[in-house]
Parts: sequence; structure tokens; C-alpha cells
Amino acid sequence: MAQIFHRSSNSLAKVTIVAMLLIVGVVVLAAYKINAGSFITDVDVAPGQPVPFSHKHHVGDDGIDCRYCHTSVETSSFAGIPPTETCMGCHSQIWANAELLEPVRASLRTGKSLEWARVHDLPDFVYFNHSIHINKGIGCSTCHGRVDQMPLTYKVNTLYMQWCIGCHRNPAQFVRPRDQVFNIAYQYPDNQLELGIRLVKEYKIQSLTDCVTCHR
Amino acid sequence: MKHDKSLYWRSLDELASTDEFRAFVEDEFPNRTPDWNDPASRRRFLRLMGASIALAGASACTKQPKELIVPYVRQPEEMIPGKPLFYATAMSVAGIATGVLVESHLGRPTKIEGNPEHPASLGATDAAIQASVLTLYDPDRSQTVTRNGYISGWGTFIAALTGARDAAKPKKGAGVRILTGTVTSPTLATQIQDFLTEFPEARWHQYEPCGRHSARAGAILAFAKPMNTIYRFDRADVIVSLDSDFLSSTTPGSLRYARDYSARRRAAAETPDRTPPRLYVAENTPSVTGSMADHRFRMTAGGVAEFASSIRGDTGATSPEARAVLKDLQAHRGAGIVIAGEYQPPSVHAVVHAINQTLGNAGKTVVYTGPIEANPVDQIASLAELVKDMRDGAVETLLILGGNPVYDAPADLNFLDALKKVKLRAHLGLYSNETAAWCHFHIPEAHYLESWSDARAYDGTVGIVQPLIMPLYGGKTPHEVMNVLNDAADQSAHDTVQGYWQAQHRGTDFDDFWQITLHDGVMAGTALPEKAPPSAKMPEQLANGAGLEIVFRPDPSVGDGALSNNAWLQEMPKPQNKMTWDNAVWISPKSAEHYGVTTGDVVEIELGGRKVGGPVWIMPGQADESLTVHFGYGRTRAGKVADGIGFDAYAVRTANTLWQGTGASIARKARDYKFATTQHTQTMEERDPFRAATYAEFHKTPDFARPEEKRVPNDLTLFPQWEYKQHKWGMSIDLNSCVGCHACTIACQSENNIPVVGKEEVAKGRHMNWLRVDRYFKGPLEDPELYFQPVPCMHCENALCELVCPVAATVHSAEGLNEMVYNRCVGTRYCSNNCPYKVRRFNFFLYADWDTQSLFGVRNPDVSVRSRGVMEKCSYCVQRINSAKIEAEKQDRPVKDGDIVTACQQACPAEAIVFGDLNDPNSRVAKLKRQQRDYSLLEELNTRPRTTYLARLRNPNPDLEKG
Repeated sequence: MAQIFHRSSNSLAKVTIVAMLLIVGVVVLAAYKINAGSFITDVDVAPGQPVPFSHKHHVGDDGIDCRYCHTSVETSSFAGIPPTETCMGCHSQIWANAELLEPVRASLRTGKSLEWARVHDLPDFVYFNHSIHINKGIGCSTCHGRVDQMPLTYKVNTLYMQWCIGCHRNPAQFVRPRDQVFNIAYQYPDNQLELGIRLVKEYKIQSLTDCVTCHR
Repeated sequence: MKHDKSLYWRSLDELASTDEFRAFVEDEFPNRTPDWNDPASRRRFLRLMGASIALAGASACTKQPKELIVPYVRQPEEMIPGKPLFYATAMSVAGIATGVLVESHLGRPTKIEGNPEHPASLGATDAAIQASVLTLYDPDRSQTVTRNGYISGWGTFIAALTGARDAAKPKKGAGVRILTGTVTSPTLATQIQDFLTEFPEARWHQYEPCGRHSARAGAILAFAKPMNTIYRFDRADVIVSLDSDFLSSTTPGSLRYARDYSARRRAAAETPDRTPPRLYVAENTPSVTGSMADHRFRMTAGGVAEFASSIRGDTGATSPEARAVLKDLQAHRGAGIVIAGEYQPPSVHAVVHAINQTLGNAGKTVVYTGPIEANPVDQIASLAELVKDMRDGAVETLLILGGNPVYDAPADLNFLDALKKVKLRAHLGLYSNETAAWCHFHIPEAHYLESWSDARAYDGTVGIVQPLIMPLYGGKTPHEVMNVLNDAADQSAHDTVQGYWQAQHRGTDFDDFWQITLHDGVMAGTALPEKAPPSAKMPEQLANGAGLEIVFRPDPSVGDGALSNNAWLQEMPKPQNKMTWDNAVWISPKSAEHYGVTTGDVVEIELGGRKVGGPVWIMPGQADESLTVHFGYGRTRAGKVADGIGFDAYAVRTANTLWQGTGASIARKARDYKFATTQHTQTMEERDPFRAATYAEFHKTPDFARPEEKRVPNDLTLFPQWEYKQHKWGMSIDLNSCVGCHACTIACQSENNIPVVGKEEVAKGRHMNWLRVDRYFKGPLEDPELYFQPVPCMHCENALCELVCPVAATVHSAEGLNEMVYNRCVGTRYCSNNCPYKVRRFNFFLYADWDTQSLFGVRNPDVSVRSRGVMEKCSYCVQRINSAKIEAEKQDRPVKDGDIVTACQQACPAEAIVFGDLNDPNSRVAKLKRQQRDYSLLEELNTRPRTTYLARLRNPNPDLEKG
């Protein structure tokens, strides 16, 4: 009886199986990469803003403290976005006629708020509280990165749950002395874990990983 | 029917244990099949399933939507985004105020709490107050001035009213009439008086459908002048309530009364040498107060009048009950209270005043002051006079400030017919209601959370009503409308109210005084001074009608109808029969047999030639030959929520039969009306969920609530013992204090963004309230004892729900909370199947309203709004726990006992609910749990619930104890 398939079918079958596996692997990897990439996570992407506000200029060059604008960061869950009045406190004097700042002046004139695109946006079922993190020695730059080097503001961390939990499981990795919290250029020392463990004890930091810590 | 006296039961079906009932309760969520049982919808279901699976895959890749941050242009002082602010104001029901604190998130009122400084609240609230914040955002509220039904403007109204006033000026105001409800507001009363001074021929009429008509007339009958009565339950050892529901919100001051009365009960349970108060209640229909009674005498409302005469003391008590009550009262002279209910005629009130004087209670436990109403007139006569003048054509301009007389005026007055003869009719109201439909002008009224005003509490204390938000729909207050009449249309309500008090204030520190008053919510020193009344005249004979009796009551949840369109209240189970979304004709089991009707029959009741049809509900504990019907239903222009549900009991109420009428008849017209009740959809089998004993039994067997056979050793578990190192949250609910008012249920609904589901869904057992209040009957079918038991999630240490969740959506926290993680939940409902307490609620559909913009405002921003397909349940108000813990941590101190107050605890007038840390031996909750009355629900299941109960104690009169 004649052979139905040519001998080369054997090789073809083997190559096909391997190729299929490879293709599936590549697709999965690609999907994972896309999902973890900035297209999905928005990390490193600076959204368009009504005014191209530069933290680099205000924090890095001018040395304005975070709390000058984000007034409620030590007391409330929400750090606070400055009202137009805060901007105009300076900008009625300097760059008072700059074209770039027209939306700010228009806001004060018309009483209509500026509408900023949210850079750090947690899902609505997550209840994050700034004040407790500040009070327990977690610095601004730990989560928000070196905003003093950002001409336009972008996220440096995914803010995904696994990222939060990474610190919540072992806060000693990232805690710093309270007086360094607003130091945007703070460098973790080489003996961070040693210092961290001491600060965790001193600040009575708990490793909170219960669901209701953030979800309710 | 054979019946074991010691057994608790909840419904007639359960008592009879019919097959239908067994089948219904044995299904976890009964009646769920109809949704996809019919083949057409099943096919559609499968198609949708297929589509949604495909979409679910795709939607997992969608990016998070972009969000904007919109900061202030000028940030108001003290406003910190993320932190709520609290403002003191006052809410009036039927004109009488209760002080409240309102939580505001970024200028948006979201939650109402009691004002601890206010004498009528002391921090407590009732269900209506809790629900009032929903009314503020109700999309059905009227939103514009209308003229003849068409959109008009405030300016047009000013022109029309000014024109009418100027036309009436030469006639000194003849033909101009103002109709209000009960007015306690000193400012509004002065505004009206100012108008009447300038226009002496104009008239001011008042009508409040469920006001204090009998109490007012009773005081006049006894003392020949109106007087206000205040009861001091903190000083009373023996209380006799003659049809008075003083623990429910229908009575002014009820929150304070519940607080004082429960405190006495609690003290006696905790310290053996304190005497417990003894409460006798004589009533026709089981009330919340009746459920707290040590002796409840079931009798017709007419019979209560006879009972009142028989405890007068001079005529000699006739029945053994009356003899025992009289003896008890005489043994506690000066420490007793006899209190007559609004539903009793004035003569009974007069008798009661005389009894209290004779027994030396007046001035001690029963305190009199001048009237709190600005103008205490006989409101029925006042309305009748108005109707007569309208009919005679003597009224040219009628200004109706609030209220809804077309719907709720006594039927025999034919208010509507007379109204149609008035030339210019204007109505101010929250809703464009039945009355507004017949008025030329309708002006949207400002909700009290949008208003400047003032009002007096039950003891006369003045509270300033201050707005939390600008009127959402440009609503106006009565002050602004009166300003138009007083030729000061430009003056705002704020200036009017402030101006009035500035004129009253002696001294130069008015600004300080005003700020302090606004801050505290109470105007210091405005409680009316005590007055000794003249000796009361005792009316001779109390006449009594014959035949079948009808008793009218405001509805336990929606009241007189003003709150009808509030879905929280509609879905709040009525305490006595757990019915939602309906009113019914309540009838006793024996009378039902006699008249051949049963629950679900639709009957026509007739009283004095007037008829109304409604469904029957057989109510154990109802007096024979006595029907009870509730107002507030049968609305036609209430709004989307309330239109067309229930029947209108006002249709048979006349000026002579304000609260009760005799000679009624009842005839069946149809069968099988479907009610939607909550409690009978779930069962805990016969496991003694409720435990009660008398004080005497308690002193003999202090641990009666935890019988030996129910106890389970602590180590009886396969799991390793978890050590709760930091906190160990727990709750104690004192059944001895709880009066069953359901304020906790609505407080929980408001705090935790709990949706309403509608009548159909409730009937399927899908109601969503996290905290339900179970009601148990005990004893004979005709005249059982009534008990209430609030049941939130028990937060079991050995939680059965956690074991069966396939996706770990419900897990235990390190502090012992039974957490519910909505994002993980896939909706298997295994947890609810396995929960022995049946406290889990499932979102079968998208119950939360994600479309109506105006309702977004009422939501608590600290709690997730749940979507379709997830389970939810009581979280012990974890948002409050977290926020208190964070504040304590920031101040580097431990969480203090009392820092965390759950929403139910905060609302409770009886202080029955206490929450706290069990790891702190000095916390209130830890102390309560060490009491011997403490017991766990279904302890024998070894779930180790963190919510436990303190058993109920009764203080019966030994003379009346029957074998």
C-alpha cells in the first residue's frame, strides 16, 4: 500500500508543533509586555494639561516646598491641588502677561476652575490616604519619583496593587526619617534596611495587608 | 391550634408551618427562577452570556478612563478636600424640630447625625431624619416655578402676589388667606403676624394632617389654655401609656424619651439595686412602644378611653388589670407617668392630666410649659373655617406654605371643591403634589438642608436651621414668600432670620451669640420655663361609639405622606409586620375569621358612607373589632417612587373621626394581593435566636441566656487559634434597650450606599439592608409579646462564609473583621448559602443607580458603590474604623474607646448598640460582653460571632402574672 503522506511530513509536523508553541509563547509574551507597558499603565506618559505646568521649574529651580501647593497632604487623604488663587499669588507679579498662563488668569477672571488631567489615578474602589504615609515616613519621591526633574508630570510607578503590597509587606525598604519626607532629592542610604527596621519600630509602622486597609 | 407558649415565632405561616412556607424559606433566595425560566428569555440569556464573555475578554484590556481634577478657584476656608465638615442644623417634622449635625463632603451633604447638644436628639436620630438627605437629592422634587402648569419664574410670582396684595389693601386684606402647617418658627410666626397687623382682615390658617390635635385640645379641656407637656422618663418608675407611641418618631421628643427610658432599663439590668421601670401599654394595634411593655393590654381604641376612666382612682377600677395598674401608680406617687396618645380623644388627655395631678406626678415626672407652637389654634376648626370661606367665595388669594391639603384634609370638608373657587391660589412645596396641581402658582420649596430658618423642639429649645448647600432647584423658603407679602421681596431668608434674632437679642455681642448658636445648633436658654398648670378639670363621662372601629395612624415609615417619595423609607420594613412598599388594613386573627377575610384579600372599608379599598393584613396582637389603617399611601402626584402604591386612608377620615371612628364595615372585593415582606423570606429554624426573662428570673439564674447545652468550648476547632494582637473589634446589642425603631437600618443605608431594590425584588427576598431588625412574637396568637432584634453581620471568628468562597472574596482581617472584597467577588453566592445568620446581600441586578445624576450626591465617598453580581454585607463601618485609626496613628496615640462609632450605633436613640475593641478590657463593649446576659446567636454552631446580644428583661407586675 502506497504511503499517503510523503516522508517530509514527519519533519513538517515536528516543525509545526514547535512553531505553534513558539507563536503562542510570543503572543503571550507580547500581551504581557503590552499590559505591563506604558500604553496600559501610563507610566512615563505625561498627559496633556491645560497649562504645561513644570514641577522641574517650580520644585527643582525655584525650590518651592511640596506643601506650598499640596496643602492637605499631611492632614487629609487627598494631597490637595492648589486653587487658582495659589497660582496667581505669584503669577500676578511674575510672568503676569505670559501667554502660556492665560488659562490661569482666565480661571480667576471667570471663576471657572482649571481642569487638570489626573496623573496618579487610583481606581475608585481603592481608598488611599496621603496623610498617614507622610506621617509614617514615606517620602513624596518614593511613589511620585523625582518630580523636580519632570518638565511635565508623569507617573514613575504603576500604582498597581502588587506595587503597593511590595512595600506594605516590608515597609523597612522605603521608610525614611520624618524630616526627610519632603526632600525630593533624598537618596536611600546604603544601610537602608538597617535604618528602615529602626524607623519602623520608632514610628510604630505596621505591615497592613488586610483587604479593608484599602478596599471598602 | 396547639401552641407551645415558650416558643418564638414570626408569622402566622410559620406558626402553622404550612408546606408553602417551608418551601419558600428553605430556598436561599426564593422565587429566583422566573427570571430565566421561560424559554424565550432563556435563549436571550444564553445569547447575552455569550456576548458578555466575549466582551469580558475584550474589556479586560481597556485602559482606565481619564479623570480630571477640578480644584477651586478660591478655596473656602476650613474646607479640606478628603475631610468631611459637620454643620449643626435642625429638621422639623410636623413643625417640631430635632437638632442634627450634617456631614458635608466638599459642600455636598451626605449623612445626617443627631446633635449631642440638642435636648431632643442627644446625638440620636430616627429613620425619617436619616432618610431626609435622600429627599434633598430626589430628582422628582419640583424644579421650577410653574404657573397654570407651565414653566414660569419667581419674578412672575412676585408680580402676581404683589398685585393681589395691593388689590386687597383697601379692604384691609380681606380675602387674603395663608395656610401653613404647625408653625413653631418664631421668625415665620412674626412675619405672618406683621402681615396680619398691616392687613387685619387677612387670616392665617393652620392644618397639620398628623399634628397634635388631641393633645392641644386635651390641654385646653383640662386647663382652659394650651399647655405643652414634657415627660421625664428618667424619673419614672411606673409608666402607663394609653395608646401613646412615645418611643416611635410619631411623638415629639420621642428620641429623648427613648434615650431616658432605655437608660433606666439598662441601669436596672446592670446594677441589681436599681429598680427597673415598669411599662403598661393599653392600645389597639401593636406599636413599637407596645413591644417594650411589661404588660400590654390589647383593647380597642375606644376601650382605651374606658380604661382611662377606670384608673382615675375616684370611680374605682373595674377590671383586674386596671386595679393592678392603679395600685402600682398609687404606690409610686410622684414617680409615675400616665401618658395619653395623640390617637386618643381630647377627653382622655384631660383625664390623664387630672390623674397625673392627683398622683403628684405633675411637676415631677410630668412637666408643663407654655405652648411651643407660635399660635396654638384648633387646626381642624381653622381649616374648616377656611373651607367654608372659600366655598362662600370670601377668599380671593390663598397662599399655601407647604403641606398638601388636597390629599390630606379631612374628607368631609371637600377641600378641593372649595379650593377651586379661589381666584389666586399659590402653593409652596418640595413636590408639585396633589395640591400644587390645583393651584395657579407652584413654587419649589427649599429643602431644610438648603434653608435658613428656625424652629422649636419638643421642649421649646430654638435651633437655627442653616443651609448646607445652595438650593439645587432655586427653591424658596416660607420666609422668602412671606417677605413678598410684607413688601420686602429683596430680603433673603438669612437676613430675615438673623434680623429677627438680632431684634430679640439684648446686649451688644450679637455676632458672638449668633456664631455660637449656629455652631452649637442650640440657642442657649430658649427651652420654655416650667409652669405649674391650674388644677385639671376632669371630664365626666367618656362617650364611646359602637360597632367595628377604624383607627388611623401615620405610617410607621413614611408618616403622613410628606415623606412618601423617599425610597429608603418605602423599603424600610415596617417594624410590626416587616411589610415594605405598601399599607394595609390591619385586623386581628379573630376578627379576620369573623369577617371572613385573610391576609392578601382586598377589601373595601366603609366609614360614614365613605369608602376606600385596600389589602388586609392579619396582625397578631391587634384588638378584635378594630381595624388600623395607615396614612401616606395612595398618592397620585408624589413622584416616581410613591405614585400608585397603597391606598389613601385619608379618603375615609373626617373632621369628627380624626384618629378613630366606629360603625365601619368591611367587605371583600378580591383575593391574592401580593405583599413584599422581608423577615419571612429567611429563617433561622427553631434555635432560640431571641432570649428574654423577667428581672426576677434573671436575679435567680443570671446566666439564663447561655444555657449549658448551647455552650461550646473555645478550642473546638480544627484551625489553629489566631491571636488578635492589635485590635479585636466587637459589637454588643442590648435587646433590653432596643425599641425596634429601625433608625439603625436607615443610618446604615445612608452610610454605606445601600441601594433600594423595589417591591418586586423585596418579594423575592432580595432586599439589601445590611442591618435588618427581626421581629419575634411569643405566646398566644391573639395577644403575643413582641420582640425586636437587630441583626447585622456577626463577624464570626470561625466564619462559615469564608470557607466556601472559591475566590477568597471574603476573608478575615487581622483585627477580626470579616472582609468583603467586591472586586474579587464573582457572585457564586456560596457564602450566603453557608451563612447561618443570613446577613449577606447579593446584587442580582444593577441595583445601585448609576444613571440619575442628582442621586450621585447622596453617596458616601468613603464607601464603594457596588455593581451587579457582587455580594455585600455589614462591614462594621470599616471606613470609620480606618479613619479613626489613621487619626490616632497621626497623633501617635492608641485608638481610644469611643473614637469609632458605627453608623447604627450613632443613630440609635436607645444606645442599644455599642462597638469597640475587645482587647481593651476597659472598653464599653468589653464590659458589656462580660455581663451575664451576654449571648451569641446560634452559639452551638461554634461560629464565635463578634456581635453578641444582651438578653431582654421584663419587669412584670406580680399581681398580673398569670400562671
